Amino acid sequence: MANNDKKQMESSSKLLNWIDERFPYTETMRYHITEYYASKNFNIWYVFGVLAMVVLVIQLFTGIFLTMNYKPSAVDAFSSVEYIMRDVEWGWLIRYMHSTGASFFFIVVYLHMFRAMLYGSYKKPRELIWIIGMLILIVLMAEAFSGYLLPWGQMSYWGAQVIISIFGAIPLVGEALVEIIRGDYSISDVTLNRFFALHVIALPLALVALIFVHIVALHEVGSNNPDGIEIKEYKDQHGIPIDGVAFHPYHTSKDLVAIIIFLMIFSVVVFFAPDMGGYFLEYSNFEKANPMATPEHIVPSWYFTPFYALLRAVPDKLGGAILMVLAVILPLFLPWLDRAKVKSIRYRGWIYKMALSLFVLSFISLGVLGVLPAEGIYVLLARISALFYFAFFILMPYYTKIDKTKPVPDRVT
Amino acid sequence: MTEKVDQSKRQFLSIATAVTGGVGIAFAAVPFLSSLKPSARARALGAPVEVPLASLEPGEMIRVIWRGRLVYVLRRTEEMLGRLVGVTEYLRDPDSSNVELQPSYATNEHRSLNPEYLVVEGSCTHLGCAPLPRFEVTPSSDWFGGFFCPCHGSKFDLSGRVYKGVPAPTNLRVPPYTFSQTNVITIGIDSGTA
Amino acid sequence: MNNLKSPFYLTLVLLMLMTDIFAAAGKSLEKANNDPQDIESLQSGARNFMNYCSGCHSAEYVRYDVIVSDLGLTDEEVKQYLMFNTQQTFDTINASMPQTDAAGWFGQAPPDLSLMARAKGTDYIYSFLKNFYIDPSSPTGVDNLILAGTSMPNVLWELQGHQFIVEEDGVSHLELGVVGKMSEKEFDIFLRDTANFLEYLSEPIRNARRALGIKVLMFLAFFLMLSYLLKKEIWKDVK
Repeated sequence: MANNDKKQMESSSKLLNWIDERFPYTETMRYHITEYYASKNFNIWYVFGVLAMVVLVIQLFTGIFLTMNYKPSAVDAFSSVEYIMRDVEWGWLIRYMHSTGASFFFIVVYLHMFRAMLYGSYKKPRELIWIIGMLILIVLMAEAFSGYLLPWGQMSYWGAQVIISIFGAIPLVGEALVEIIRGDYSISDVTLNRFFALHVIALPLALVALIFVHIVALHEVGSNNPDGIEIKEYKDQHGIPIDGVAFHPYHTSKDLVAIIIFLMIFSVVVFFAPDMGGYFLEYSNFEKANPMATPEHIVPSWYFTPFYALLRAVPDKLGGAILMVLAVILPLFLPWLDRAKVKSIRYRGWIYKMALSLFVLSFISLGVLGVLPAEGIYVLLARISALFYFAFFILMPYYTKIDKTKPVPDRVT
Repeated sequence: MTEKVDQSKRQFLSIATAVTGGVGIAFAAVPFLSSLKPSARARALGAPVEVPLASLEPGEMIRVIWRGRLVYVLRRTEEMLGRLVGVTEYLRDPDSSNVELQPSYATNEHRSLNPEYLVVEGSCTHLGCAPLPRFEVTPSSDWFGGFFCPCHGSKFDLSGRVYKGVPAPTNLRVPPYTFSQTNVITIGIDSGTA
Repeated sequence: MNNLKSPFYLTLVLLMLMTDIFAAAGKSLEKANNDPQDIESLQSGARNFMNYCSGCHSAEYVRYDVIVSDLGLTDEEVKQYLMFNTQQTFDTINASMPQTDAAGWFGQAPPDLSLMARAKGTDYIYSFLKNFYIDPSSPTGVDNLILAGTSMPNVLWELQGHQFIVEEDGVSHLELGVVGKMSEKEFDIFLRDTANFLEYLSEPIRNARRALGIKVLMFLAFFLMLSYLLKKEIWKDVK
């Protein structure tokens, strides 16, 4: 028996050698998995990156299977979704996973980004990781938006109508641009067909490529940690960071627990509340798109509502559009806006803590206000929230500089 | 630190977790694989087809579509049925011994419920072309009339039985069918079950 | 770590506020209080639907055989009591009335009911069907409190009777003028069953999905326990 095992080992290492001479398999596994060292004091905020990968895989898989039965045409789209929901075996589960996955993608990504803001993960030397991450967010938004048109329900149609019209605000070229995006004089079969192409091929390719680069960049500089310390500065005699533990098996075993908890929450939504009270699947989207009648309340998907509220906060078409674009662009500059000497919120002063709290509050209240009708007190509240949202970024160079920081320990706590 | 570690416990937990994860993935794969099967709509469209026979003259054949597949219904004359005997020495499987190719009630010389009516799928068992009806006898050769596949030259007799020395390996397939009323055949329902 | 919790609690409070705001936003519809798990209610709802709705309304995404298996009916029962428009159980539910004719008669084709309950909610359907009243100025002779100017006639008047609108102190409400075949209570149950069936039609898989969800969660809970033990075991190395 022992002899057999040995033989097997030999032959498997032979195969491995054969591969390694042609492809850096062992080297890659070591570099990215078994000998990638990340801080041992990661807390719950550090699971959202892995969870985003899990959602990506869910979306890719379910998306491929939905594409097999979906028909991207104005005549057939709506009924092909119902066909998936009723006639295709297990089609309902695949569709609910995809629709729930879309919302969870944003939940997970927003929390992942908030983690970076808590612990200064965007600061030197991780600026590029942050920028790539922001690009991922923008592509993800385009992906979500193009996907939202596909069911061809009332909200799909009118939501797309409103959002595409925003481009019309651009001086001179606006109207021409809107026509180019739609490919028609209104949202039509042509628009649906090209959004389908973007949603199932172009944007997912871009997304996967960007995520790949995001991870390559991360593994080049190493992960940050809740103390905002570079663990690479303290290494043992083997050159391994003393405060680091290997990604596998330590972080993988921890991440697995997080993934299962995530899947449980995900399953609760998929199996017990796939509509999520009309937020994950809007009720008016169960009516087929009708160019003759706008639904009473036009609301974009919940993950866009903070930006939508900004759009409406300004009584000017161009101004609103600019504000909305700024809100997405400004975070790109975080690495340079933040002048603090420390990374982690643990060692920052009260000013940053307050600023971050106000920012989170303004983001959430914008999200809530984006769902409510734009009238009366809601407009005022949206403007106040907008003020706080932008103040967080614009005043950042100032308040991070004067903020009293605490001394940072050498080793992780 | 490592010497305190209970290796067998660790190994057990690793294997148990891996196995459970594997079971989970297998379960998760079921919906995806099942979704590839024909859907409820396909099943509805593939429902049994009724074929009225009243206007079918002796020696005439009609083509019907059942589940998107071509089915021939041939009303054979007495003379045609007579030819089924003489042809057997040229056939590969004259007794229809391959039970998967026809329902049990069609495992006979005429391969049908009622000798007069032949119901076979018009799909050559070689590579799926539709064989052409060639019912006339050519006296000069050993051709007794039947079906001829234009794609690769396979030949079948008037019961859809394959000739020797042609590419098609087996007889033509007989679909399940029944005489639902006098002079009406329902294809897709087995005789005796409905 | 304490400072991290404050944004968290604020979020929670805001979310609670949010649900409150939305609860208040809806129109004053009467509650249908239907239970999609109640098979008997669904069965009588199916009968109501087929007798009173399916003449004009289709449910084009629903196949009869799905109803057969979900509602515990036999093929024969369905053919006898439910299938007036077709012979095949795998067919979808089509209206007996040609839709182009209907559009001519009513001004617009009666909408498909496959997804009505999901789009509008059962409370809406229940309230809508309950709030027809006599209005001689309307072409159908009736109008509706929930959807004013509806082109749908009150097909249930025989059961409900005729309601008239009464205005008192500026508040209008409906009063029964001509009594129908059913008592008010019977009619409410009739409407509840019908709305219940429409909710079922809008998502026939609903009950199965919940049942499966429990199994999936139990499996994941077991998996969670194992993975947690493994994580604890492996992290013993880390000091």
